Amino acid sequence: MFDDVLRNAWHLVVTFDPDVFGYAVRSLTIATVSTLVAGVVGIPAGILIGQHDFAGKRAVVTILNTLLALPTVVVGLTVYMFVSRQGPLGHLELLFTVPGIIIGEVLLIIPLITALTVAAMSRTGRDVRKTALALGASSRRAHWTVICESRFGILAAIIAAFGRVVSEVGVATILGGNIDRFTRTMTTALVRYVDMGEFALALALGMLLLTISLSINILFQFVQGGGQE
Amino acid sequence: MIRLTLSLLATVGLAAESCCGAAYAADETLTLATTTSTDNSGLLSHLHPDFEKKTGIQVKVVAKGTGASLQLARDGNADVVLVHAREQEEQFVAEGYGVLRREVMYNDFVILGPPEDPARIRGIRNPADALRSVAQGGHCFVSRGDGSGTHVREQQLWRRTGLPLETDAVTVILEGQKRRYASVRPPGGWYVSVGQGMGKTIMVATEKRAYTLADRGTYYAFALSTPAKTDLAILSEGHESLRNPYGVMAVNPARHPHVNFTGARKYIEWITSPEVQEMIGRYAVEGKTLFYPSARVPELR
Repeated sequence: MFDDVLRNAWHLVVTFDPDVFGYAVRSLTIATVSTLVAGVVGIPAGILIGQHDFAGKRAVVTILNTLLALPTVVVGLTVYMFVSRQGPLGHLELLFTVPGIIIGEVLLIIPLITALTVAAMSRTGRDVRKTALALGASSRRAHWTVICESRFGILAAIIAAFGRVVSEVGVATILGGNIDRFTRTMTTALVRYVDMGEFALALALGMLLLTISLSINILFQFVQGGGQE
Repeated sequence: MIRLTLSLLATVGLAAESCCGAAYAADETLTLATTTSTDNSGLLSHLHPDFEKKTGIQVKVVAKGTGASLQLARDGNADVVLVHAREQEEQFVAEGYGVLRREVMYNDFVILGPPEDPARIRGIRNPADALRSVAQGGHCFVSRGDGSGTHVREQQLWRRTGLPLETDAVTVILEGQKRRYASVRPPGGWYVSVGQGMGKTIMVATEKRAYTLADRGTYYAFALSTPAKTDLAILSEGHESLRNPYGVMAVNPARHPHVNFTGARKYIEWITSPEVQEMIGRYAVEGKTLFYPSARVPELR
């Protein structure tokens, strides 16, 4: 069985199957754009929450952490209610499109990025801030130092969010409809192969996805390494 | 550094967007809500290039169970529907959601089971008798349990066995009105409801050495592949109550003015045309015919 998987995976790569290439491009587009948009919202939100003490901060953090357990299908269905023809945004025709999937994914990972950014800030925060202030930094300057010192944690949040989207099935199926040539992604194609009983091909696609993720993570590692010098 | 990462992501994103953007640029598309059996059997990908060539309309296929497909159409998220659950189709038309309903083709259901056949149903033509034997012996039976056309048919067959049945019901409030969705099942731990598509259900039945109801097309796709994905055998087949007709309908533009009704009409005319009917009849997987066009009806054995 497992050598079949390897043979299938190799075959997919060397034949440069245009269908599989399409799934990969779609999966990466969705993951990249979603991570980008969610990062623009989630990182500043995380920094704000992490740097300030305010009444109800604990409650906010608890809610964020709870949202990490949100099933992807629930996110997908919630967005479906809005973008379906019956829903308030039905006229925008977002259902069964890539932008429709992206909306769902963004909502899925905003809590993830925010929560991990908050965690990254609080890990380094207090000590770094005290040190910076002791060394004569202004309050604003101290804030900035904390953010800089938390950058690896924030990068980890981005990587985790990207991984969540690229490996996710529920949102992509409900909002995308798994339509060939339009919204079929690596993971929904994989699920379809499972439905068809093509387990070896499904696992081969899984390996391919993992390989792509590996190259992206190596790229991130490189960026991170560059930052350390 | 974060900014660098973000701009990197943006560049990749834009590049990918522009390169797969062509897929959205199709002039006219038609969304077809259909069942997994027509999609997984390869029939639609065999037929649709002809439609696209003749009309220039790209067909977007959303493959779900019959229940989910009709719901998509009710919500106005599809233009045309190709499903197999006649009562539900007629209700769909009667409620004013569907128009131009036509028969397209049929295949049939078969009762599968382990070749050693512990319930001794091999050769029993009437599926109700076969199912009664399975139930009385307490042999494992795997049900789709997902509200699909196959699941609907399975429940009809259980009703015909005359055995006592349990009702599983959920109440759903839609537009302020309570609706009750009920499904029946025989009582007992031997009856396993998996809530999955046809393919996965066959795989579960294979693993559990169980009986199940399947459409012939999906079964052939699993049994005749190399290597075979299931060793379950057809134990009961050919009875009138196992006939599985597929119908096509357009979503009523009076209900949902935005639907591509012209495209839907073209699709219906195309799929019921003699030429395409012949293509359907000739379509075979591993030498086995999977669907029979409704215009010419060969005898079911």
